[in-house]
Amino acid sequence: MEPFVTLRSTAVPFPRPNIDTDQILPARYLSRPRDDNHGNYLFRDLRLAPDGSEVPDFPLNRPYWRDARIVLGGRNFACGSSREHAVWALYDHGVRAVIAPSFGDIFANNSVKNGMLTVMLPAADVATLMAQVEADPAAEITVDLPSQTVTGPDGATYRFEIDPFAKKCLLEGLDEIGFTLTHADDIAAFERRFGRDNY
Amino acid sequence: MPDSDAREPRTMFEKIWSRHRVLERADGQTLLYVDRHLVHDGCAPAFEMLRRRGIPVRAPDRTFATPDHYVPTDARIRHAIPNDEHRGMVEALDRSAAEMGFRVFGLRDGNQGIVHVVGPETGLSQPGMLIVCGDSHTSTHGAMGALAFGIGASEVAHVLATQSLWQRKPATMRITVDGTLGFGVTAKDVILAIIAKIGAAGATGHVIEYAGSAIRGLSMEGRLTLCNMSIEGGGRAGMVAPDDTTFAYLAGRPFAPRGRDWDIALARWKEMPSDPGARFDTEVTLDGDAIAPMVTWGNSPEDALPIDGHVPDPDAEPDAERRTAMAGTFAYMGLTPGTKLEEIAVNRVFIGSCTNSRIEDLRAAAAVARGRRVADGVTAWVVPGSAPVKRQAETEGLDRIFTEAGFEWREAGCSMCLGTNGEIAAPGERVASTSNRNFRGRQGPGARTHLMGPAMAAAAAVTGHLADVRRLMAEG
Repeated sequence: MEPFVTLRSTAVPFPRPNIDTDQILPARYLSRPRDDNHGNYLFRDLRLAPDGSEVPDFPLNRPYWRDARIVLGGRNFACGSSREHAVWALYDHGVRAVIAPSFGDIFANNSVKNGMLTVMLPAADVATLMAQVEADPAAEITVDLPSQTVTGPDGATYRFEIDPFAKKCLLEGLDEIGFTLTHADDIAAFERRFGRDNY
Repeated sequence: MPDSDAREPRTMFEKIWSRHRVLERADGQTLLYVDRHLVHDGCAPAFEMLRRRGIPVRAPDRTFATPDHYVPTDARIRHAIPNDEHRGMVEALDRSAAEMGFRVFGLRDGNQGIVHVVGPETGLSQPGMLIVCGDSHTSTHGAMGALAFGIGASEVAHVLATQSLWQRKPATMRITVDGTLGFGVTAKDVILAIIAKIGAAGATGHVIEYAGSAIRGLSMEGRLTLCNMSIEGGGRAGMVAPDDTTFAYLAGRPFAPRGRDWDIALARWKEMPSDPGARFDTEVTLDGDAIAPMVTWGNSPEDALPIDGHVPDPDAEPDAERRTAMAGTFAYMGLTPGTKLEEIAVNRVFIGSCTNSRIEDLRAAAAVARGRRVADGVTAWVVPGSAPVKRQAETEGLDRIFTEAGFEWREAGCSMCLGTNGEIAAPGERVASTSNRNFRGRQGPGARTHLMGPAMAAAAAVTGHLADVRRLMAEG
């Protein structure tokens, strides 16, 4: 996994609340192998019309936000299905950080496993950032994980909280399975204590 | 091993959590041991991760699989699945099971079905267990008095490799529903009323325990429906304390303990409910007597209303954020503010999914379908949740009631709930659905979903529009 340390980029806003993972990655693309570029399916049915042409108003189709590596999301961003493909679609498109007032819990977990940072900020702060990038789409936002801060285009700084283990995983690009297997003895000891049929 | 906090009254969640703690890091992350890992045909990417690294499955005897997402519901022949990708997913599960040594209830196995129907029905899901599965509706199994939650593909690979999972302790929420449910009111209506009240993110970061006399009065099937949609309220897990209803349901199931093992397990299960005085981080209460049959009108499960209501008027919505979200919803759903819900005509009806495809659900739908006909121009499907549910329904003659009324009687699978197997509605088609999500495009690009209980869906099928099932039930 690629480490996440700091990122400065334009940011694409999706203000609607409850944007679900079915919209981020429609179910008909769930049977593709991981090495397929899932960025092609990102917001497929919102980004493209049924005939395959681009929907001009959709934020990702605006010239200045095509390459944004930060997403500003609404409340309960990426709720719903546990499909990790929603993270893969954002990641393959180039997104490395999502800032929103709240997230679907499973999406937030899946993000960490893939080196993508989710930042929770108060709704008012996210609204401020959205207004700033709407006013100046070329404006850039900085997300810095070591200092746990987001810096807006106007220089205002917002501190965010993150689980210390998630921070460690992201900063080091930690291979979690490899890490847990260093605790294989603890797991084996638990299994002996717990007993095969003792639930 | 006594817990340091053993004298404090504990919630059921805390009891299960502490039983499964392998180790705890100073930063608060806990490595939890997994009793049961349920797997389905959408888990191929996780097996691929393991294969690439050459890591074996740590506990194949705790891993159970069944294909559900990609199986067709019109036939049971694997090699005849026409779509290469879909057939590949079903084949990949069988191949992984053979290679890695875990049990799979395959397409023609007598126990095949939707993984969240199969777990409880086979007795694999039991009180006090920690159960995970690579699917957000794993919350379903909490109805057995278990801690059960959905995980992503990387976490599935982690559990396969280590039989454990890193978690930070979530907050707890108790939702108490007291009272007696009214005529025609089911578990589906209870959970839709709960989500309408707390919102689609109301329980984010929480494990829910459902309590109160209206919950205690629910059958096991009803409790499974209730816990199933915890995720639609933002909660990763929902649970109901095990009681005589739970024990009676489990007794004699293929994987339930037997004889002396049953007695030992039963004694332990009876210790599982939250202690009197246990504290929850958040408390929510609803009046069970006030809940009516519910339907959703919008694209979030929180957009649920009693069937005798009207499509809301955005101008009357006090919350600015909801008002903005509503605007796009009307266009997508093809609805006009103020329309009477009962006047909304439907094209398709789907009775099925891990939410509402169990025998009690099919009985309720059949009671409405009996002696009636599916309305002209409506296509109505009944998709049983599992092969055992299908057999039981056929023994009771429910299949004949459905087919004589003009419903299609199909094989078990996820089917139109999310359409991964290609079974979807056409753009613009309106679906009365007993599934769990009314998201845009969930049942196919442009498809319009209204969520409701099984009897309500049957009522929509025979009237051709959303309908108050209580009126049909009163007619007999």
